[in-house]
Amino acid sequence: MQMDNKKHNSGVPIMDAGAIRRALQRIAHEIIEQNADLKSVVLAGIPLRGVEIARRLAEFIREVAKIDVETGTIDVAMHRDDVGTRAELPMVHASKLPLPLEDRTVIIVDDVLFTGRTARAAMDAISSFGRPARIQLAALVDRGHRELPIRADYVGKNLPTATREQIQVRLQNVDKEPDAVWLFKE
Amino acid sequence: MSPNWNRKDLLGLRELSADEINFILETADAFKQVGTREIKKVPALRGKTLVNFFVEPSTRTRTSFELAAHRLSADVINISATTSSLTKGETLKDTARNLEALHADILVLRHSSAGAPQFLAERLKSSVINAGDGAHEHPTQGLLDIYTIREKRGKIDNLHVVIVGDILFSRVARSNIFGLTKLGARVTLVGPSTLVPREFEKLGVTVSNQIDKVLPDADVVNLLRIQHERQRKEYFPGIGEYTTLFGLTKERAKSLKPDCLVMHPGPINRGVEIDSEVADGLQSVILAQVTNGLAVRMAVLYLCGGIAT
Repeated sequence: MQMDNKKHNSGVPIMDAGAIRRALQRIAHEIIEQNADLKSVVLAGIPLRGVEIARRLAEFIREVAKIDVETGTIDVAMHRDDVGTRAELPMVHASKLPLPLEDRTVIIVDDVLFTGRTARAAMDAISSFGRPARIQLAALVDRGHRELPIRADYVGKNLPTATREQIQVRLQNVDKEPDAVWLFKE
Repeated sequence: MSPNWNRKDLLGLRELSADEINFILETADAFKQVGTREIKKVPALRGKTLVNFFVEPSTRTRTSFELAAHRLSADVINISATTSSLTKGETLKDTARNLEALHADILVLRHSSAGAPQFLAERLKSSVINAGDGAHEHPTQGLLDIYTIREKRGKIDNLHVVIVGDILFSRVARSNIFGLTKLGARVTLVGPSTLVPREFEKLGVTVSNQIDKVLPDADVVNLLRIQHERQRKEYFPGIGEYTTLFGLTKERAKSLKPDCLVMHPGPINRGVEIDSEVADGLQSVILAQVTNGLAVRMAVLYLCGGIAT
C-alpha cells in the first residue's frame, strides 16, 4: 500500500488509464483460466485501492465468463508487525469476507506488491476467519524488493525499481483523479 | 494514516475534538468486526503489556478492558485496591513507577480521586487510560454510549439525548455531556435538583426536574444508576420516592417515541431507576452497549498504545 501524497510534477508516468484497464483485463483472464470453479473464488481487496481493483476485476470476469465472483475486504492494519514503531498508525478498516471460507479460493488483491509484509499480514487476517482451500495473490504492480518468501500469482506490470523510489497508484473512484501509476525518484 | 490521532493517553472527552471522537468511533467499527471472526484475536498489540490498575472496585469495566487487551494480543496484569500496596501506605506515584519499571506499556486506571489519571499521565512514559476517576470522567463509557447511539440511529447531530439520575456524582454523565455536545446532540439532564444542579447549564445542556415533560421529545434516554454507596441523606429523598418521581416505569415508557433508545451503563437496579419490562424491552440497547464497549476499548487501546513513544 503506497499512500503518500506526492505532487505529480516530480513523478514519471508508468501506466495510464488504458494500460491499467488492459493489465486488469489480462489478470481477469488469468484468474478465469486458473480457477475451474470460479464460484468458489473470493476477490479480497486490501483497503483502499485493492478494494477498488477487486471490484474492477469482478466486473471484467463477469463480462467474460458471465459469472458473479464474490468480493470482500481484508484489513491488514491490525495484523501488521510494526505497531509501536511508527509515529502514525495505519487506519484500521473492517474486514468483510463471505463465510465460511472452507473450500474457497481467496485471492488477495492489492495495488502494489513491494516487501511482501502487507501480503503476509493479509494471509494472517484471512486465517482468522477460517481455512480457505487456497490463497492466491494479485497485484497491479510488482516493484520487487521482497523481504519475505512471497510471490504474486497474478501481476499487472513488473516494474524494477530502486528501494528509494516510490510507486503511487491513483484510481478515479478512490482518489478522484484519473487512473494512473506514477514513479517518484527521491 | 491517522492524522487524527497523536495522543498516548485518554483522560477525558472534554479535551478531545469532534474529529478525534469520530476517529475513535470509526476505528471501533473496524474492531467490532473482529468479534464476529472465528478467531477473535488480532496481533495489533502483540508484545505490549497492559496493567489494569483498579483502585476502586469494578468488574464490568475491568473485564471489558481485559478482554479488549486479549483480543489485541497484549499481556494483561490485574491489580485491585486490595491486592496493591496502596493499602500498605505506598503512594499512587510510587506504585505507578513500579509498574513502569516492569515495562508496562499501557496503564488502565480506575481511581476514586478526580485527576489521578492525569497525574500519572504527566509523569509516566506509559499510555494512561482513564477507566473512571472520582466524579470527573469515564471516557470509554461515554464513547461506548455515543457509539451505540450512532450505530442505532445513524447519527448524533440534532438528536435529543436525555440523561436521568444522579448527575452530580456521575463521571458517566460528564463524559456523555462533553462528547454528545461536541457532536451536535441536544442534551437534557433530569433528576432531583440536589443531584442535577442548574450549574450544569454552563456546559451547554438543559436541566429539568420534570421527567414527564421531557420524555415524549427524547430520541435517547440514558438512565444512570442510583449509586447507593455514594448517596448521603441530604441529597436523596429515598428509593421509593425516586422511582415515583424519576424512574422509567412501564407507564412512563409509553410516552416515549417508538424509535427512542433506552440506555443504561449498568449495573441496573431493576425497579429503581428502570422497570424490568423496560430494561428488557424492544427499545432497550443495554446489551448492545456492553458489546460495543469492547470494540470502543479495543480502539482506544490500539490508538493510545500503538503509537511510538
